[in-house]
Amino acid sequence: MTKPFKVLMALALLAGLLVVIRFIQGLASVTNMSDGVPWGIWIAYDVVAGTAIACGGYSMALLVYVFNKGEYHALVRPALLASMFGYSLAGLSIFFDIGRYWHAYNLVLPWYANPNSILFEVALCIGTYVFVLWIEFIPAFLEGLRKYKDGLPKFAQNWDLTGLEKVWNKMVFFFIALGVLLPTMHQSSLGTMVVIAGKKLSPLWQTPFLPLEYLLSAITMGYAIVVFESIYAARGLGRPIERDMLSKLSSVIPWILGAYLVIRFGDLLVRGSIMALFAFNYKSLLFIVENALFLYAFVILLSPANREKMKPLFMSGVAILLAGSLYRFNSYLIALTPGPGWYYFPSFSECIITFGLIAFEIMAYLYIVKKFPVLPKVGHA
Amino acid sequence: MKNKEFKTFSTQLGGVSRRDFMKYCTIMAASMGLPLSAGAKIAEAVVSPKRPPVIWLSAQDCTGCTEALLRSTHPTLEHLILDLISLDYHETLSTPSGHLAEEAKAESIKANKGKFILVVDGSVPLKDGGIYCMVAGRPIVDIIKETAAQAAAVVAIGSCSSWGGIPSADPNPTGASPLSKVVTDKPVVCIPGCPPNPYNFLSTVLYFLTFKKLPDLDDKFRPKFAYGRLIHENCERRPHFDAGRFATEFGDENHRKGYCLYKLGCKGPETYNNCPTILFGDVGSGSWPVGTGHPCFGCSEGGVGFHKPLFSKASLHLVTTPDFYPHVVETQGPSVMGTLGGVAVAAAAAGAAYAAVNSAAKTLEEKEEGKK
Amino acid sequence: MDINRRDFLKVASAGGVLLSGVGSAQAREAKPRIKDAVGMLYDSTVCTGCKACVSACKQYNEMPPSFSSNDKLWDDPLDNDSKTLNLIKLYKNGTAAVKDREKDGHAYIKRQCMHCVDAACTSACPVSALKKNEKTGIVMYNVDACIGCRYCQIACPFNIPKFEWEKTFPQIRKCQLCSHRIEKGGYSACAEFCPTGATIFGKMDDLLEEAKKRLTYKPGEYRKYPVARVDGKEKTERLVTPYVPKVYGELDGGGTQVLYLSGVPFEKLGLPDLGPKSVAQQSETIQHTIYKGMIAPIVVLGGLVYLVHKNTKDK
Repeated sequence: MTKPFKVLMALALLAGLLVVIRFIQGLASVTNMSDGVPWGIWIAYDVVAGTAIACGGYSMALLVYVFNKGEYHALVRPALLASMFGYSLAGLSIFFDIGRYWHAYNLVLPWYANPNSILFEVALCIGTYVFVLWIEFIPAFLEGLRKYKDGLPKFAQNWDLTGLEKVWNKMVFFFIALGVLLPTMHQSSLGTMVVIAGKKLSPLWQTPFLPLEYLLSAITMGYAIVVFESIYAARGLGRPIERDMLSKLSSVIPWILGAYLVIRFGDLLVRGSIMALFAFNYKSLLFIVENALFLYAFVILLSPANREKMKPLFMSGVAILLAGSLYRFNSYLIALTPGPGWYYFPSFSECIITFGLIAFEIMAYLYIVKKFPVLPKVGHA
Repeated sequence: MKNKEFKTFSTQLGGVSRRDFMKYCTIMAASMGLPLSAGAKIAEAVVSPKRPPVIWLSAQDCTGCTEALLRSTHPTLEHLILDLISLDYHETLSTPSGHLAEEAKAESIKANKGKFILVVDGSVPLKDGGIYCMVAGRPIVDIIKETAAQAAAVVAIGSCSSWGGIPSADPNPTGASPLSKVVTDKPVVCIPGCPPNPYNFLSTVLYFLTFKKLPDLDDKFRPKFAYGRLIHENCERRPHFDAGRFATEFGDENHRKGYCLYKLGCKGPETYNNCPTILFGDVGSGSWPVGTGHPCFGCSEGGVGFHKPLFSKASLHLVTTPDFYPHVVETQGPSVMGTLGGVAVAAAAAGAAYAAVNSAAKTLEEKEEGKK
Repeated sequence: MDINRRDFLKVASAGGVLLSGVGSAQAREAKPRIKDAVGMLYDSTVCTGCKACVSACKQYNEMPPSFSSNDKLWDDPLDNDSKTLNLIKLYKNGTAAVKDREKDGHAYIKRQCMHCVDAACTSACPVSALKKNEKTGIVMYNVDACIGCRYCQIACPFNIPKFEWEKTFPQIRKCQLCSHRIEKGGYSACAEFCPTGATIFGKMDDLLEEAKKRLTYKPGEYRKYPVARVDGKEKTERLVTPYVPKVYGELDGGGTQVLYLSGVPFEKLGLPDLGPKSVAQQSETIQHTIYKGMIAPIVVLGGLVYLVHKNTKDK
């Protein structure tokens, strides 16, 4: 156990303890959420930004299985694993966040269903998508089981998994298709969710184009996380970087990012909402930072030379992830105010629980990536 | 009520005018919350020749309740009531004493079995067979049990007989107990207070005489017309409480201004009684503890009086809105302390992330350079 | 970049079909007022700030006191909260010398659920825990359905639903217009106990008519104002003071079932400036445009299944 791993473990354990307190004593005991700010970082980060960052699987599925760019195939599994964890933990966060979690199954009872509610659609989509991701991960899981056959308990050693693999191979196309449809639906709907906040959301973010902006930024973030992860994991695990794949992959990003920026600014200019920028308050500042980060990445990735170099690639990936997360933080938390007088900053426990979940995710990712065949085989072109 | 009846009656009483008499009965009716027409009914009952006898037994009393009664009224009315009720036994007020008094009591009980009213003041000690209060050679608890068994109605006057009073204060070495612990087969009407306002007792007795039933009682068997509200609800200093104006020390500026005495330990918020309304002694406004500038100590409330320290703050039985308002916009959110921890963690995380990205970028750059 | 032209065209055309759907947006219609809906009319100029309505609401909804001061001596919340379904707030400006005047004046404002005609909370709630009663139009809360997601708090333009943050098993709390009293033939406690007639209960048609009538009164004249119920016998005669010439809630945010009259601009009293379109309508328009009948998702899924199957067949 390395030192960083120990730190992550301590963080995760402390978070676990605080979660227990949350369930015994209620939300006020561990969070600073209030009637004025009913959604804090657990929603803004864990669910909204977190799932966007976990869009690697989605973006890669789009590229590899819809647009048939098979040369990126090796990047699919690691992206899938990160997506699986990201979405599962988002789901877990939701259970920590909602006040009457024991009624969560009401979402699937038809007499309670409200299809007019954006949250209804998002909840069912994300719930289904988590299952799809787990199902898509089955082959990697089965291969790993085969590798560690001798380490398994006796009764599991002689399981014939080839039958299961055959069935999976026959049906996988349907799940992959779902795995492209569902994120398209819920990542865009995560944007639609704040439309109902009306004037409580600053005009710099409030627009009927929210779903489109959320979708495009999510796809962009999906590619960014793949780039970021590949480079970071390769460096951390002492593997060679998939240079060619990454440089080609990163050439996709400017198109999508460009479309996002055109729609974002075009909408603001046409409706005149851009005037809110000149209020010169914290919202104007955050708007500038958010878009500066996007523009920085856009400009960097426009140049083919930059796409060949690891540092610009890495930095632009980080910039996109930061910008996309900030966009979501702004629209769900910072620029969404019920009215004057309310203020919020997450509490110590609230932050620890969030970071603890991230720590757990990182630990689990590293563990699985070492034990199961996820990363591209060395020597892959 | 026939004029002739009243005339015979009135000479007996040193010549009270019919008008004054009716006035008093009307006031009595009003103090019980009854319609004014009830005053006429009360007058009828008072002058009726059928006057039930009253046996008044005293246990661990201080005679304060009797003293309060004596000072309560215009002398003519007081004599009227007491004479009319035919007080057949009272340790302080009876003319005979000793064996003669006991004989008179026994006779009265025999003659009026099932018809007399038993009034008891003072708590009843139960420890060690009740030897801590002996009357006529016997434990008072036994005397009370015997007598109550033959009474038509039982009234506990004063805090001591109502809930234990001062003798029952910790550590209660004599086992001082309320009358209701001794008389368990009949409802015991309680008129608590130390002393109780005499009008509360007189009104209850008059009500019984007039309507042949007890007035509405609360869950502690106290008449609701007197004990239905907290002192806090009728206190003349309540607006000061609602506005947050408190005396914090005896003699300070606010105390001199007559501000609320809650912070000096006033138990008004948890004591049920009508002191602020009818006051004491018929000497004008302000003639009650709070009016003189001393916090109420809950003398009539079991669990409060002689139990809670004089100057400890009362618990509020009824919490109501204050005299001030929230504004259209109020600052609301976590306290500074509540955010410091989060700020620290967020800053640490941001720092760690920045360092990680920075070092990664540096390594990448070095690797690139190395490769070239 | 080298995407297969055919595939690109297929996906793009599917997207085009979707976007054209956006163009011919099937806007979700605005919801009309329910015929026999009941509600309240609050006239800030009649209110004296006595807070009898606050006490009555606490009593008849069995709500405990809410403390904001350290001594915990009064029921003194700073805002509506999970224990305070109805509250009187004070507007104060400068010297606050004159009632119902904007500058150097003061005014009272009563805050509780507005029981909107096109309620945002009922649109937002994923499990229909908040629903409008079909007859009375009261927005009712069903604790058995609620999952505690608090989307209703995000949606409500008036920030009315409050949450029990300190409880282990929390729920949402908001005014239910005393529907438990209405069921037994009564009406809202705040209206019943208002001594001046600042808050009156009644059918929406009658309340709107009364509100509009008051806007025709001339300041300085004496008029009879109904007390407790708009159709009740009890009336009080009072001196009319200037009104802001608008009935707040007639159209605001799609209309509400609690109407407001005031001598001070409504925004100063904390009532937001909403257009006539409800946010529920805006949100549902977008959602229905994209997902109406689930046609688009099914079509796209079909296309995706086809493409993915084709692209994975030989692997």
